[in-house]
Amino acid sequence: MSDAAARADVQSDAGIVPAVGDVSIGQIFLEFLIIGATSFGGVVPYLRGSLVTKRHWIDDKEFVEMLSISQSLPGLNATNMAVLVGEKLRGALGSIAAIVAICLPGGLLMYFVGNFYRIHGDHLWVTSALKGVAAAAVGLILSTVVGLSKKSLAGKFDFFFLALTVVAVNRLHQSVPRTLIGVGLLAILFHRPRKEQKESAAP
Amino acid sequence: MNQIPALVRVFAYLSILTVGGGMAAFPEMKILTVDVHKWLTFPQLIHMYSVGQMAPGPNMMMIVSIGSWAGGLVGAIAVVTAFFGPTAVLAFLVARLWKKLERWPWRTSIQQGLAPVSIGLLLAGCFTMAKGAIFGVETAAIAVGVLLILLQYKVNPALLVLGGALIGVFSLQPK
Repeated sequence: MSDAAARADVQSDAGIVPAVGDVSIGQIFLEFLIIGATSFGGVVPYLRGSLVTKRHWIDDKEFVEMLSISQSLPGLNATNMAVLVGEKLRGALGSIAAIVAICLPGGLLMYFVGNFYRIHGDHLWVTSALKGVAAAAVGLILSTVVGLSKKSLAGKFDFFFLALTVVAVNRLHQSVPRTLIGVGLLAILFHRPRKEQKESAAP
Repeated sequence: MNQIPALVRVFAYLSILTVGGGMAAFPEMKILTVDVHKWLTFPQLIHMYSVGQMAPGPNMMMIVSIGSWAGGLVGAIAVVTAFFGPTAVLAFLVARLWKKLERWPWRTSIQQGLAPVSIGLLLAGCFTMAKGAIFGVETAAIAVGVLLILLQYKVNPALLVLGGALIGVFSLQPK
């Protein structure tokens, strides 16, 4: 692990990633605005295509690391990634530029869609289309659940914690924060650091 | 009545619940926006959430619609700031601390421990939503169809949600 940290320290000398400060606030804003306007169906692949493949602002290893930070923190992957990448490139202003830009197109769209729905939401064809959309969205979320479970759950105890979370929220009607703290602490303690795992724990 | 302070309070609170994704906050969002503050109805919340899945960018931008209904343009801006502000500040601080945290053994424990809980919250949010979105054979078939297609093929999910809209227009019209 200390090896990985040492490599991260000298990363700016590697030549692939531009030195921090080379990218202007305007460039950050524009790039995230494009991602915000084109990322239909999930932001992560678009972020990678733009920031790693097209712009070389971060490399693949940094991208995976930032994504894993984004996923363990509260907040959406898209906005957390914007903050992390913006911070790396241009500090606080970079973060602000990136998060505002990635939210702007979708936010404007939903502002107009929301107002349209408010006026025309009770038209027959709109309500029937929305019933189909909502059902499809349920399928989409379920597929995310399956995908994430395959990727990040290890062992039957993780499935137990998952089931416990669902039961707490849906059956026992516990609030989300109470469930998060209760089951979360239990699961973190279960996965507590053990001495023999120390060497193999690198992500 | 001025709804802005309530909007800010509710969405700043929802913000910190979004561990593992926006859906984790959905059960709580339903209670606060529908039952407590009555800014919209449950079917409206489901519709806006689902339509929001077709929009580009972060997949919770539907909160803009709630903000604009309850408080106009100012409400929309207030909601976005309240919802994304707290987690953005947290992510920013963690980004600064990350190098130190990398050598902290509990970091891996937190990651491994939060994974099943955040997936559980996602599933719980999904069940809350399904209660209002799945009502009969057709809607169940659409959901299962989308699930199976996404597990089997690499398709853009936004297209499938759009497909759901088309099926809805042709087969879910009230008789």
